[in-house]
Amino acid sequence: MSAPILEIRDLSIALPSGGDRSHAVNHVSLTVGAGEIVCLVGESGSGKSVIAQSVMGLLPKSLPVTSGQILLQGEDITHAPLSRLRELRATRMSMIFQEPMTALNPVMTCGDQIDEVLREHTSLNAAQRREKVLEIVREVLLPDPERIIASYPHQLSGGQRQRIVIAMALVLDPVLLIADEPTTALDVTTQAQILKLVLELQKRHGAGVLFITHDFGVVAEVAHRVAVLRLGDLVELGPKDDVLRRPQHDYTRMLMSSVPRMEVTERPVPADAPVVLQVKQLAKTYRDKGWFGPAREVHAAKAVNFDIRRGRTLGIVGESGSGKSTVARCIVRLIDPTGGEVLLGGDDIAMMPPGQLRPLRKRVQIVFQDPYRSLNPRRTIAEAMIEGPMNYGTSREEAMRKARELLEFVRMDASSLDRYPHQFSGGQRQRLCIARALAMEPELLIADEAVSALDVSVQAQVLKLLADIRDRLNLAMLFITHDLRVAAKVCDQVAVMSKGEVVEYGSAAQVFGSPSHAYTRALFEAAPGKGYEFGAG
Amino acid sequence: MSTESTNFEALSVESASVVRQVSTWQRLSRNTSVRVGGIVLALLVLISLAAPWMGTVDPTLFDPASRDLLPGQKGEITTLEGESLEHTFLMGSDSFGRDIYSRVIYGTQVSLIVGLATAVVSMVFGVLLGLLAGYLRWLDGPMMRVMDGVMSIPAILIAIALVAMLKGSLLTVIVAIAIPEIPRVVRLVRSLVLTIREEPYVEAAVSLGTPTWKIMLRHILPNTIAPLIVQGTFICASGILVEAILSFLGVGLPPDIPTWGNVMAEGRAQFNEYPHNIFFPGIFLAVTVLAVNILGDGLRDTLDPKMAKRI
Amino acid sequence: MAVFLLRRLLSTIPVLLIVAVLVFLMLRLTPGDPAAVLAGDAASTEQIALIRESLGLDRSIPEQFAIWFGRMLTGDLGQSYYYKMDVTSLIAQRLEPTISLAIITIVIAVLVAVPLGVLAAWRHGGWLDRSLMGFSVMGFSVPVFVMAYLLIWLLSLKLGWLPVQGYERIAKGVGPWMRQLILPAITLSVIYIALIARVTRASVLETLGEDYIRTARAKGLPEVKVLLRHALANAAVPIATVIGIGIALLIGGVVVTESVYAIPGLGRLTVDAVLARDFPTIQGVILFFSFIYVMVNLLVDLSYVFFDPRIRY
Repeated sequence: MSAPILEIRDLSIALPSGGDRSHAVNHVSLTVGAGEIVCLVGESGSGKSVIAQSVMGLLPKSLPVTSGQILLQGEDITHAPLSRLRELRATRMSMIFQEPMTALNPVMTCGDQIDEVLREHTSLNAAQRREKVLEIVREVLLPDPERIIASYPHQLSGGQRQRIVIAMALVLDPVLLIADEPTTALDVTTQAQILKLVLELQKRHGAGVLFITHDFGVVAEVAHRVAVLRLGDLVELGPKDDVLRRPQHDYTRMLMSSVPRMEVTERPVPADAPVVLQVKQLAKTYRDKGWFGPAREVHAAKAVNFDIRRGRTLGIVGESGSGKSTVARCIVRLIDPTGGEVLLGGDDIAMMPPGQLRPLRKRVQIVFQDPYRSLNPRRTIAEAMIEGPMNYGTSREEAMRKARELLEFVRMDASSLDRYPHQFSGGQRQRLCIARALAMEPELLIADEAVSALDVSVQAQVLKLLADIRDRLNLAMLFITHDLRVAAKVCDQVAVMSKGEVVEYGSAAQVFGSPSHAYTRALFEAAPGKGYEFGAG
Repeated sequence: MSTESTNFEALSVESASVVRQVSTWQRLSRNTSVRVGGIVLALLVLISLAAPWMGTVDPTLFDPASRDLLPGQKGEITTLEGESLEHTFLMGSDSFGRDIYSRVIYGTQVSLIVGLATAVVSMVFGVLLGLLAGYLRWLDGPMMRVMDGVMSIPAILIAIALVAMLKGSLLTVIVAIAIPEIPRVVRLVRSLVLTIREEPYVEAAVSLGTPTWKIMLRHILPNTIAPLIVQGTFICASGILVEAILSFLGVGLPPDIPTWGNVMAEGRAQFNEYPHNIFFPGIFLAVTVLAVNILGDGLRDTLDPKMAKRI
Repeated sequence: MAVFLLRRLLSTIPVLLIVAVLVFLMLRLTPGDPAAVLAGDAASTEQIALIRESLGLDRSIPEQFAIWFGRMLTGDLGQSYYYKMDVTSLIAQRLEPTISLAIITIVIAVLVAVPLGVLAAWRHGGWLDRSLMGFSVMGFSVPVFVMAYLLIWLLSLKLGWLPVQGYERIAKGVGPWMRQLILPAITLSVIYIALIARVTRASVLETLGEDYIRTARAKGLPEVKVLLRHALANAAVPIATVIGIGIALLIGGVVVTESVYAIPGLGRLTVDAVLARDFPTIQGVILFFSFIYVMVNLLVDLSYVFFDPRIRY
């Protein structure tokens, strides 16, 4: 085996004092060889991003390397001077980042930004540089290269911008490519394309790739070897199938058991449960009265039909812009639908005036995506929990009693009541939000991407909690998600949405097993690591 | 299974991500700017309260024999009863023979009152209008247009015009200085309302059936207090400055009320020979405004760092 | 882009209208009888009534506004009570000193403040940054006229380098014109520099925290290029904005500065008119200043087209 491109030996990086940990990275060692993809996986706080940035020398002074070495093709660059690092950047090692929407300078054309790399590191003249730029733009499969290089970033989509970033990174053929969550912010279908592109380019250029991600599906799709990190420690390292199928460390085993499978487990449920929610021809159209020129109409939701029975979970699956969140918010009347009916046990709440609506709000409750913004930072948990019931006449004592009961139900300690949101982690806050919603005794609980912002292990626990709640309280649940695995795990029925319309609707087993619509099929096709059996041995 | 769940708890990275927060008071008291500005301001308040006992005389007293004395010189001053007192003019005297030191010390009272009152008045009206603009969509457009209009007229000009037209009294000056400051507060409150309304916890309150007025009181207002305090501090500084400028130009408070601006206005003509007329009140003015501004900077850095970008 | 330009141009109109209404109301709704003031103490009631009629003060308020507004659009701002000439000519007469002072001040301020702000942001936390922030706070706190007297005392009286007061028309030569304006311009620019430097620093700092700066560094670009082509280029819009908004401060400062340095410009005119209760002049000057302010800000907004391609396309 040839010498490794990247060698990290016993690397430790310190955190600023006053935190709960002393180090972001603790004595981590790993290598990346030519032509191989090594995935760095971990949950929040694992240190994976810190390691990536330390290789490039992009860490701020507040995160110093306290021990260990980083060797690039045998050269020790751990404490190399900035001038040397600059020489190596883009020529021998490149990095691509997570957010394509903000990774490019808004006031420079895409072509100029790629050209900058060439101008800085080579002595080619303008014509030669232009040739190279066009060449790399073609290589990343962007159509109409001449137009693209003259465009500004805001004129391109997220996927296209990420391709430009990749082009900038690979134009000088570096031996090491570091990819820090490059597809996390992209849609499933775009993600699949970018992953495919990275794999092809890597094969063609023979570069070594250090791929950082938290998504195990992606790991299953691209990795040769896998390194698992937990709070700065390297807990497991090995070939992909060894780590993902036969994990040795407890932590890895726990992670593997938390990753939801893409298969549906059917639940036996009585077929004649009463219908809790019926949505008929729901529509939400945004009209922009143009001053000059025609008015523009955006159909965020168009002719949406579905129903949910008691004790069942309906999942709405789609990419961003599909309208799934719009539908959820229309049902809860956080936004007002422009057409259609929303029947909650016989009452049509779609167009109801606010006065009439209030007493019916109890019946539908919602849990949001961002646990860090769903609770008022200045109010205690107790105040958050009793607010709802007290709005409807419950006495303070009664509401507090209920709050305590519910906290137990979501497996949180009763002492949480006197504390403030900032004293809880993301997963804990989500549980509190669920408890707050349950305090209203709703018939329908909507989870709007409620687990999307959580780490995979925490996600598994919250999903389990939601399923428990549904079963014990016989609730109807509407689950909005973009994650197909999560949908497969919790939903009985699935509606697939695209561009505001429901393109497929049926039982989960049906939709996952034999999807009929082309879009649904494309969606499943694009899901990374589908069919991979984590922890299966 | 219980073993599985304990496994989860032990291995989960959750608890490591809890943020520990220092209380607001602690953060405030640790900030250097807050300390420096606060202490100087406290001193000034003390001075203004203790004015009669700081070796001063009634600031309106004068004595033709003691005109244009240099700082530190001794002279006579005639009391209201007609007596003549021996008095050391620490900061010299003006062209009427009045003790500048006394006028400067008493002037502290006026400046602090004007600053505080301006801040309070502009904030009260600004918050009211801002809340309305943020919540009543039909009112928002027209009101912001009017605010834009007011902001298009340079503040000094509004103040000058208003004071000149109405009688020059303390109340008039305060109102005249406060009015141009109101649009900025309205803008701030309005943008805060619009941002906070989008927060998921406000949406949660809506779906929990909380009526709008309760949402405003419980969720929106408490989260606007910090930026408002910072803004109020800066308005206070501005108020003190503008009052001084108005008085200096002769369009402020009546000349018999001792304000720093008035003292400087009187001393203008003899600046060449007797600069002390200008410099002593000028120093006090600068130090006071500086202290308030530094306090405001410190408050902003502690309470609302995002505001630094909002200017 | 065309939509943006048109929309921005059109939105100026309601603002100017509101300014006109506000200025009109401000002076009309105050107690006191301008006719009596004009007529003087010894006038009889018939004389006052005649003057009132000639000024149109006997008509209803909306009528008065309509007449006044109509006249204003044709450039007729009325007759000054005090100076016994029409306000428009009065303003024209006093225009040159104020414009000269303003332009020199703006040039000095921008040339000094922007580079300082960029450097302070670059060396965030260093001695330059801290001293700039300190200077900036002082610039806001020391009132213009105190600064003026300080500079006069130091540079004119003690050192005798520059003249104390007064103004020379540019027609008489650029040299003397410049000499008279240096002190006032420096005095006035202090607060403007404090404002612009502060906002420049804040904008550049914020820009330096953006993702595309990290990308630029990851490409191996030298810091200077990162600072100028990536950070400053993106911070240009907020900086331009504050230069426009700061004009309000500038106008306020002009009033005081001209007063101290005895420059016969519009600022002095304002103060004199107020002391003389000369309503038409006060109105005229305030209208003029507000108009200039709105126009300058319009130009600044229109300049965004050059700075931000997102507006162009």
